[in-house]
Amino acid sequence: MIANDLVFDTAKTLMEKAAIEIPQDYHEGLKRAAKSEEGDLSSFVLQAMLDNYEAAKQDRSAMCGDTGVPRWFVKLGNEAQLEGGMVALEAALRRATAQATFDVPLRPNRVHPLWRTDHNNNVGIGAPEIEYGFEPEGDWIDLISVHKGGLFGSDYRMLFPSDGMQGIKRFYLDSLMAFGKRGLACQPAIIGIGLGGSKDICMTLGKRASVLRTVGSKNSDPRIAALEDELTALGNSIGMGAMGFVGSNMVIDCNIEVGYCHTGGMPMSVHAFCLSSRRAVARIWPDGRVEYRTDPDWFTPYQRRETVDWHPLREAAE
Amino acid sequence: MKPREIRLSTTPTPEAIAALRLGDIVYLDGLMYTAREGVYIYALEDKANIPMELPSQSAANFHCSPAARINADGSFDMGAVTATASFRFAKWLPEWMEKTGAKLIIGKGGMSSKDYKSYFVPNGAIYLSTVGYGTGALLGRGVERVEAVHWNERLGLAQAMWVIKCNKMGPFIVASDLQGNCLFERENAKIAQNIERIYEGTKPAVLKRYGESDDRADEVI
Ligand code: SF4
Repeated sequence: MIANDLVFDTAKTLMEKAAIEIPQDYHEGLKRAAKSEEGDLSSFVLQAMLDNYEAAKQDRSAMCGDTGVPRWFVKLGNEAQLEGGMVALEAALRRATAQATFDVPLRPNRVHPLWRTDHNNNVGIGAPEIEYGFEPEGDWIDLISVHKGGLFGSDYRMLFPSDGMQGIKRFYLDSLMAFGKRGLACQPAIIGIGLGGSKDICMTLGKRASVLRTVGSKNSDPRIAALEDELTALGNSIGMGAMGFVGSNMVIDCNIEVGYCHTGGMPMSVHAFCLSSRRAVARIWPDGRVEYRTDPDWFTPYQRRETVDWHPLREAAE
Repeated sequence: MKPREIRLSTTPTPEAIAALRLGDIVYLDGLMYTAREGVYIYALEDKANIPMELPSQSAANFHCSPAARINADGSFDMGAVTATASFRFAKWLPEWMEKTGAKLIIGKGGMSSKDYKSYFVPNGAIYLSTVGYGTGALLGRGVERVEAVHWNERLGLAQAMWVIKCNKMGPFIVASDLQGNCLFERENAKIAQNIERIYEGTKPAVLKRYGESDDRADEVI
């Protein structure tokens, strides 16, 4: 049984880690970008960002004053058991979000859409979002804290099979052009693309591609992996860099996730995980062990399964 | 070429402002206040009395909500500081500048050269952009102390008017000048030369959207 107190304490630590410590994969990606960048203004910006990550760590201060929207992804092994059940888990995550907002401090960003009511703790109706995934084996749970920034930089469009690959590229470029100018997307970013699914799942896939996959990760379908590389290069060939200044670094990495869609359509979403690509992960075991990491490792073969039933051994043999 | 780095007061002289060039890097000293839609609406539309002497105490309006807390004893803790996108405030800025004498508008992403020419230049004001934009921790280091927070009970922590004492706070980038030139538009124009090349071979989507046609009598197919 996984103790509820441990869920709360771990979640609070994750909120702090996500806000303060830039994940290593993105950090390395930005260092490479800073080395290759030749535009003087965009170079200055990238160097300032690298300095900022150091300052955040040294001062234990949030790397960005804008908290974005803190949210949770929870993955449970099939045998995981939680003290108090799922309702207690959700209560612990909401309490941890509120407590960390005060402790770090984080900017309370969440307000009612109409009445602008602000509880000053990043908690409210539907906030923080909590999404779930499952794995066939294991008695652990993974808690993933993501503080997704960027009011700008995400878009959705219903494309059709006749739009084809060129249509995908065009909508991708449109999104980068629209939100890259003046650096509204706070690029260079991890661009996540969702292809397929129903409309809402298309958004979810793209969001998860940007926030739950690391820089350097590849889609397991080699043809999609090749498209990821192609789109990364295409984004960086626009001639636009950080803050929309002339430069060659717009996309640190492009990740694509797909889902089966209606036979008549090809919905597509684009998401930008910004210069403050904040994610932190912990695995909690029933014996009280907690292991922290920054790779959510969300898209396992089980998450991308194509078959009716799950037969891991048969899939592995194929 | 490396950009120039300059220290500037938050109550700058006209000469100091005139000396700034697009793309200069600026660090600020003195008092600065945050004001965004909440403050603008309360002060301009609801006609509340602004609780500071402006511009003598500060001519620097920051479009920002800090990551901060008010402790039980009434003291403040401020961590990261990050600007918010300014274009949304164009509606209130002309009146705000006239009323408060603000000379430095600091935020994210700048405004259009049309805004600069129509009310920045006549007021002797320029725009400073934060960098990144996520350099919240660096900017936080430039906060010597929080002097006051006004209207937080009415407007909430994010929309309140925070008064900050800055000490070499930065970096900021000069994004407009006294001729009304716009740094971002200058960069956009350079990048626009590549558009034809990168879009080559693509064609407009099969299903259009309004906005791509502004005539609502049109169909989108
Ligand atoms: S998009 Fe990201 S880096 Fe930019 S202000 Fe928002 S949280 Fe900060």
